[in-house]
Amino acid sequence: MKNKLTGALICVGLAAFSFSSQAEELRLLTWGGYAPQPVIDQFEKETGIEVKVTLSNNEDMISKLRATRGAGFDLAQPSQDRIIGAQKEFRIYKPLEISKIDESQYVASMLESTKGSTSVNGKIYGVPHVWGTSGLIAHTDNARQSYRFSDLCSDQYKGKVSYRLKRPTLIAFAFDMGEDPFAAYNDPVKYQQILQKVEQKLIACKDNVKAYWSGGDALINLLRSGEVTLAMGWDAGGWKLSQETGNINFIPPATGALGWIDTFALPAKGKNDEAAYKWINFVNRPEIAAMITASAGQFTASAGAASFVEDGLSNSYKASFDQAALDNIKWYPPVPAGLETMEGKVLDRIKAAH
Amino acid sequence: MKISTGPRLGLYLLLTPLLLTLALLILFPHLEMLNISLRERISYGVYKFSLTNYGEFFTEPLYWITFVRTAWMSILTTVITLLIAFPVAWYIAKVARGKTKGMLFLACLIPFWVSELVRTYGWMILLRETGVVSNFLQWLGLVDGPVEMLYNDVTVMVGLVYTSMLFMVVPLITTLDGLDDSMVEAAYDLGGNGWNALWEVIVPYAMPGIVSGCIVVFMLTLGNYLTPTLLGGKDSLWFTEQIFTQFITRFNWEQGAAFGVLLLILSSLIVWLGLKLSGQSFRDTMSR
Repeated sequence: MKNKLTGALICVGLAAFSFSSQAEELRLLTWGGYAPQPVIDQFEKETGIEVKVTLSNNEDMISKLRATRGAGFDLAQPSQDRIIGAQKEFRIYKPLEISKIDESQYVASMLESTKGSTSVNGKIYGVPHVWGTSGLIAHTDNARQSYRFSDLCSDQYKGKVSYRLKRPTLIAFAFDMGEDPFAAYNDPVKYQQILQKVEQKLIACKDNVKAYWSGGDALINLLRSGEVTLAMGWDAGGWKLSQETGNINFIPPATGALGWIDTFALPAKGKNDEAAYKWINFVNRPEIAAMITASAGQFTASAGAASFVEDGLSNSYKASFDQAALDNIKWYPPVPAGLETMEGKVLDRIKAAH
Repeated sequence: MKISTGPRLGLYLLLTPLLLTLALLILFPHLEMLNISLRERISYGVYKFSLTNYGEFFTEPLYWITFVRTAWMSILTTVITLLIAFPVAWYIAKVARGKTKGMLFLACLIPFWVSELVRTYGWMILLRETGVVSNFLQWLGLVDGPVEMLYNDVTVMVGLVYTSMLFMVVPLITTLDGLDDSMVEAAYDLGGNGWNALWEVIVPYAMPGIVSGCIVVFMLTLGNYLTPTLLGGKDSLWFTEQIFTQFITRFNWEQGAAFGVLLLILSSLIVWLGLKLSGQSFRDTMSR
């Protein structure tokens, strides 16, 4: 018996040993397109660190890290407005050591604003990586100039409309109705009133909707096949279709596109912070950032990457955004805890309405 | 001493993996879920005991209506699956012989070699507005414009029945295989017609298979997530989807856990009711 026990212990010991002697790895929790294979290959060649990618989205990232109290990944990429609330509530991240990040590679204004919006008790939890906007994607056959979010409710597009049944849609309609939901973030009563107005509007024009999309690819399919002619979606999807078809493009609506920044944040129980910092500095090099832009269709916070971006994407981008439209982008401020519960009920009721 | 403890120790050692599996993978997670469902969030990281999450289910019509809808559609799916699967099972078990039998059984099995996700996307390619069926109908000249067949309850039903077919066919074949042909002949000899033979000989004999098939299909359908979500479109509501939403997109584990516990209790209740109404006992069904 004793011999067997010793044997078993040796086996366990050996297993643990072989586990620890494996090659160094970086477990990355990110979005589709943010870690394309060529970039991973080059990183592995330079550093010898193996990159393991898990694709995710904002809610899923928080859920995954919450379930393990911040273990299982070495680097995550939540949007900047979703860090503070999640950190206060679940303590799933650890503060960044800014000195380990090469700040000279960054667009300074974007770096500073992200630092500001991801700080808890004076500690910084996020640095920017990729940014983009949500707005309208439309078949632009007619030479129409201006679009609004409420066009999603107009009879002209009856049965040909798609959007996500998620919080950006609520925010978009609130702006369209002349409200400022971001200003009401810290005033639950006011925010509830705004949500009620939006709920009524979205239920009233539910007939317009063909389907609520959930993944970027599903939306692109709907638009490409012509089953949907007006949608609320991400700029990258619109630009991809613009290069493919010529007559579909991303349009910032009159009330302004909604801007988001996806960041880098360290999960609380990540095991390889050094590799994480190496990855952050690596992907911010202009030529690497341009590769990510080509793969994700989204621009990065890396200074000087613009000159490496291919012409097609750059032209689609210019067709969508002039300086006025850029200045009009509404950037998401950090979401206080509790709002999502209110929004959740509204979204449930819209889904259930007939 | 040694003789008496030896075998007992062996028995316990052999039982350990089973007990550990039951306790760690089934009992413990359920207790933890019950525990989570009974607390309410006060502030950042502060919770207190409360029944609000259960109250929410009964006071917010949205949630119990979704449950009733899900249960009702699952029952309907079970009935339709039974009606379609019974003749199929009868043919495979009693009519087909030798090679044909194996081939037919394989034909039922093959669609299940690919994942449910792929099968559901298959239906989407067929039924969407620019899909195969719509184009075919236009080519035949039966319709003028594209037809949208996706995103409604009938499509969800088709998908669910398709997904559950195998789980009804297999138990039915197993029980029908054991039916002695002479019993059916005897029914005719005693002056019965086809209807009598079916209703008074075959169905009572196959009852354990029918009941276990129905339980499996009902539970699988009730717990299905992919098919109703992908095929259902903008009006589709499914209770498991609500649970997923609460857990993943709302971070409201407390509410999600309460829904999970309620789903377990209510679905067990429905199965119990079904057994009572059909006069079957759970033990008989499982032991046959």
